Order: sequence, then structure tokens, then C-alpha cells
Amino acid sequence: MSKIAVTGDDAIAQAAKLVNPDVVAAYPITPQTIIVERFSDFVANGEVDTEFVCVESEHSAMSACIGASTAGGRVFTSSASAGLMLMFEIVQIASSSRTPIVCAIANRAISGPINIHGEQTDQLLFRDSGWISQFAETNQEAYDQTIMAFKIGEHPEVLLPVAVGIDGFILSHAIEGVEPVTKELVSDFLGGERKSTLRLDPDNPVSIGLLHLQDYYMEARAQVRDAQQRSKQIIIDTFKDWQKLTGREYNPIESYQIDDADYAFVTMGSGAGNARTAVDELRANGEKVGLIKVRVYRPWFGNEFSTLTKNIKGIISVERAHSFGSPGGILGQDVKSTLFDAKQTPYIAEYCYGLGGRDCLVKEWTEIYNRSIQGFNEGENLPYFWWGVRE
Amino acid sequence: MPTLKEYAKEKIHFSGGHRLCAGCAAGSMARQVTMAFNKPTVVCNATGCLEVASTIYPFTAWEVPWLHVAFENTSAVASGIEAAYNAMRRKGMIKDEHIDIVAFGGDGGTFDIGLQSLSGALERGHDFLYICYDNGAYMNTGIQRSSGTPFAANTTTSPAGSVVPGKGQFKKPLVDIVVAHRIPFVATAVPAEPKDLIEKVRQGLDVEGPAFIHVDASCTRGQRFDPSLSIEITRLAVQTCIQPLYRVIDGEYTMDRPSLRIANDSSKKKPIDEYLRAQGRFRHLYKPEQRDDLITLFQEDIDKRWDEIKAKCGV
Repeated sequence: MSKIAVTGDDAIAQAAKLVNPDVVAAYPITPQTIIVERFSDFVANGEVDTEFVCVESEHSAMSACIGASTAGGRVFTSSASAGLMLMFEIVQIASSSRTPIVCAIANRAISGPINIHGEQTDQLLFRDSGWISQFAETNQEAYDQTIMAFKIGEHPEVLLPVAVGIDGFILSHAIEGVEPVTKELVSDFLGGERKSTLRLDPDNPVSIGLLHLQDYYMEARAQVRDAQQRSKQIIIDTFKDWQKLTGREYNPIESYQIDDADYAFVTMGSGAGNARTAVDELRANGEKVGLIKVRVYRPWFGNEFSTLTKNIKGIISVERAHSFGSPGGILGQDVKSTLFDAKQTPYIAEYCYGLGGRDCLVKEWTEIYNRSIQGFNEGENLPYFWWGVRE
Repeated sequence: MPTLKEYAKEKIHFSGGHRLCAGCAAGSMARQVTMAFNKPTVVCNATGCLEVASTIYPFTAWEVPWLHVAFENTSAVASGIEAAYNAMRRKGMIKDEHIDIVAFGGDGGTFDIGLQSLSGALERGHDFLYICYDNGAYMNTGIQRSSGTPFAANTTTSPAGSVVPGKGQFKKPLVDIVVAHRIPFVATAVPAEPKDLIEKVRQGLDVEGPAFIHVDASCTRGQRFDPSLSIEITRLAVQTCIQPLYRVIDGEYTMDRPSLRIANDSSKKKPIDEYLRAQGRFRHLYKPEQRDDLITLFQEDIDKRWDEIKAKCGV
């Protein structure tokens, strides 16, 4: 099919339209995402037969999603920044209730001070919640990953909510070409005609969301832990199934020019685009550098990460996120703890960049590289550094 | 309308063996509510006494599908359930039959932290029945005051001290707030009037759109009275007109018989003093010295509200 020119928000809304969820519940907090505006157009024009519940808060959005998913519905929502913070309590319960809600997130900086631009800290703050957490680099990826998220989350071995993040404004409001798929393809991909998965079934009454005290709480949490582990294979399988249908390859951890690389950037989301161009420019100057892009952040694909980095001498972990008072970045902590198990631990430099949507140009990625290599050549890891901040 | 004896033969979907306190009126209420179920029904429950004590894993007292998510969001959860049933029914994924949805919340989960989610669900017009069982404080967490706590009550966050005599504010007029949403059915009830309560539940479930029932459900631990008196305390709430019984159908107020008797014969109206003396949470109004000033204030507020409700009901 010929490409369509869409924003990231549009791409996700179009993807959700093909999935035709039973329920979409959402709220336009500041910052609001356009995803549900587009989706409500589809509802208004009869292009989907979804129940659109325009709730009075993000907290209620996630609550209604859990109610709908527990009832057996296929459920979609979207949020960002302050919205995620408000629904944070219920986000935790979505995973423990084993509700495969798909939530698209236009990643944006969190208050305060208030800012509405791109940053991934919002989604990373529910790192420990049991959600499957993915990031997209392009609008095409956002489109594809949104569709795949339903298949991953709803898999009986998984039954977990899935977040798909796109960098606010950088993807959410920027128009790119996206190669669409057909509704039939999506329907086949998701297993054809849906059967009832009614859990709140009057013919078979069960209670859900019970009080688990000291005697059972750990076992209940361990079930989420196990589902996260099981989801790894399902994610890989789902990506392969998608590739068969569309020819587009997806991996939990992706790489570029890594085979002979001595050094590698590690990043997530749209920043990988500039990083890739920086790699090309550096390679043109004879630098043996590559790129590792973390697409699936939770569950963490440590083995895949280790395999890709086994010959790397220095890692440059660059994330559009921050964690106050921590020994490094949020992604950086996963990177470092994974490398700790490596036979030969590479040098590592960690950067926070682009908070609140601040640009980081290709030449800055090159500067980050040069600064890091200088440190590595002096035989040192570089302390966690906030790139571009005026101190 | 069935008689109480006939109601007594109805299946109760809230079984014994739960861990509510002896003399808990919320438990009596839950039993009465489920006696009104006559269609496929699901229940969602805000965090609170009823939720915690009825579903300690691996046990449940509920014989209908039941869902708990959190404290402040049960109306939103009910909204989502209703939306999913509608969509799945339309798509032929589930049987084409109506499923009644009942949401329970306590006074804290309704008057306070759940008010936004309740208001949102009422405004959107979801077809569900919300039942607020009001025991006058956050009893589950240790008797903290809510905006549903009555004036002067001693709670752990509005303690009766040597300077401040308990809660300084009157109860939030929640039923008025709900009525202002112009939903098809609003009512008040007490477990001491089971036939009235069961009828209202059935009526609330039968209307299309949101319905709301406020139930005064006494709490032996928090209101401080002997567990044998819990039903009597709720009866006293009606007799003193602190909990008048009425229903509002499409905006039309009707007073129900237990309150109507008092409206028709004001000599039957008991002074609030009787209600206050019966409960330890008001003990400081009598000892070490009787606080007639506060009791009078309380009585005046009740009289004012009673006159208002009588006028609305046209009696």
C-alpha cells in the first residue's frame, strides 16, 4: 500500500482504528494527546464500533479501562506526562489485575516546572509496575508497535498491559510517511474473530481484586513477575509474525553498525534517528562506532543486550530522561547492571539529554561521542553527565 | 410489591462467613441489596470495610461476579464494565441480555475521594446503580472523619478535645449533589427498613441510566454502641430525621412511609438527643458537662434540612 503522511498521534489512532477496540476510555489532561481526538472522529463517523468513554480524569481513564478489560473487552487508551502521574496508582493495578490494556504514550516532561514537550521520564517512572514498556523511533514503528501491543498483551501466557511510547512533539506532532496495513491483515494477525473472554461472567461468578495479605501477596506479585518473563518469547514471536506479514523487522533490542564496532551509543525512541546519522558521520571519519536501540524496555532483554555488546569497548548510554539523586540514568542503570555480568566489562559513559523537549542535534551526538572516547582513552568511566544544561 | 416474607425467600448473593464485625450494618445492607437482584448482576466495590472484609483471598462472600480496583474510582470501573458489555453485546460476543451493575462505596469512597469519579459517571449517564453505605467515617482505616461524618462526632482526626468538641462541620449534602446531576433515580435508605431498601434497589436497577442510593449503615466500632443495636441505630436515624427516607424519580421527590408518618404527625419526630446519647462518638456532648449549645445547633440543622425535604416532597 502507498504510504500515508501522518503525525505520530495520527499513526497510533489509525492503528487503533484497525484494531477496533471494544472500549477506549481517555481524558485530555494537559498535556493532551491528539490520539483520542482522532479516535473519537472514527467513533463519530461510525468507522469503528468502539464505546468511547470520555472520562473526567486520567485516574478514571485507567480505572474504566480496567473495568472494561476485566469484563472481557479489548481496551485502548492514551496518555502522557501529568496524566500518567495521575493514573499512576491504577497503572499498578492494571498489571496485577492482568488486564491487557494498550496505552499509547506521547512521552512528555513531567511537572514541575510545567512543560509539555518530549521526554521519556514519564513512561520510565512506571518501570517497576509490571507493564510491558516499549518505545518507538518513528511513526511507522509507532503504528506497527501499537497493533502488535494488543497481540502481545492479550496472549494467554502474558495478560499484561502494554505501553507504547513516542517522543512528544518529535513524533507525536511530526508528519512522516507511514506504510499502512489493511483491517483484514490486522484481524488475521490478532487471531481472527474474537471470542468472548468474559471474566465478569454472571454464569460463572468469580471475585477479582481481592485482599491478599502476608500469606498470598508475594505469590500474586510473583505471577506478574512470571508473566513478564514469559512475555519475552511472545514479544519475539509477535515481532516475527509481523515481519512475515509486512516485511518490517522488529527486535526487542536493535542494533546498527554494531558488528565491528568498538564503541556504541545506547538509546531509546526518536533520538536513535540522530544517533544513527551521527554513527554514519563518525564512520565516514573512520570511527568504529555503532548504535543499540532499546525498543522493549520492560521486560529487559539482558541476554540480547549482552550478545550485542560483547565486543564493545565503550558504551555511551544516552537517554531523554532523568532520575534525581541516582547513580546514573534510568536506562543507564539497566545498561550498567547488565554489563556487570559481561566477561569484559566495557567502559561506560552516561548522559541525560533533551529534557523538556530540548533539541539534541546530530553534531551534538558527535560531540557526546568525542567527549566519551576521550575519557575512555584515559582509562576511565565517565560520571553521569547532563548534556547541554547551563550550569 | 412483594411482602417482606416473600423477599425473605429471595436468594442472598452475599454469603455468611465474611469478616465484617459483629453488628456491622453494612453487612446487613449488602444482604438486603442482593435480595433485590433478579437479573444477571455484577458488583464492583470501592476499597473499604465491605470490600476488605468480604474478600480476603482465597475466600469471597460474593456469589455474583465481583470486582475491586481501588478506593476512589469504583464509578469509573463501573463505567468501563458497562461500556465493555455494550460493545461486546453489539458485536455478538456475549449473550444479548441486560446485565445489572451495582457499585458499592463507603462514605469516604463516595463523599470524599470518590466524588469526582461518581460525578463523572453520573454525568455520562452510565446504566448502573451506585450504593453509598455511609457509616459516618473512614471506619476501615480507624475512624477518621470524612465529609459524611456528622457534626460534633468524635473521630480519630476530629477528636473531641478540651478545646475542639469533635467535628466542626455539618455533613456534606451528598444526596442533593447527586440529585443535581438530574439522574433518573436517587433514594435514601436504612437497613432497619429492609422492604423499603430492597424495593429501592430493584427500582434503581430497573431504571435506564444512573441510579444512586444513600444508605445510613451504622458502625458499632466507630459510632460506639453495642453490636446488638446496629439496626436500631439506623432506625433512630430515620426517627430523628437525620436520615429521612425518600426517593427522587426524574426529579420528583416522594417521601417514603417511615418518614411520611413523622411528617404527618410531628409528635413522632424524636429529638436528636436520643440519637446522640445512643452513641459513644457523641459522649463528649454529655460528659463531663452537657453541651446544650452544640446539641441545639445540631437539632437546628436537622430541623432545617427536614423542612427542606418535606417541602420538596410536598408534605
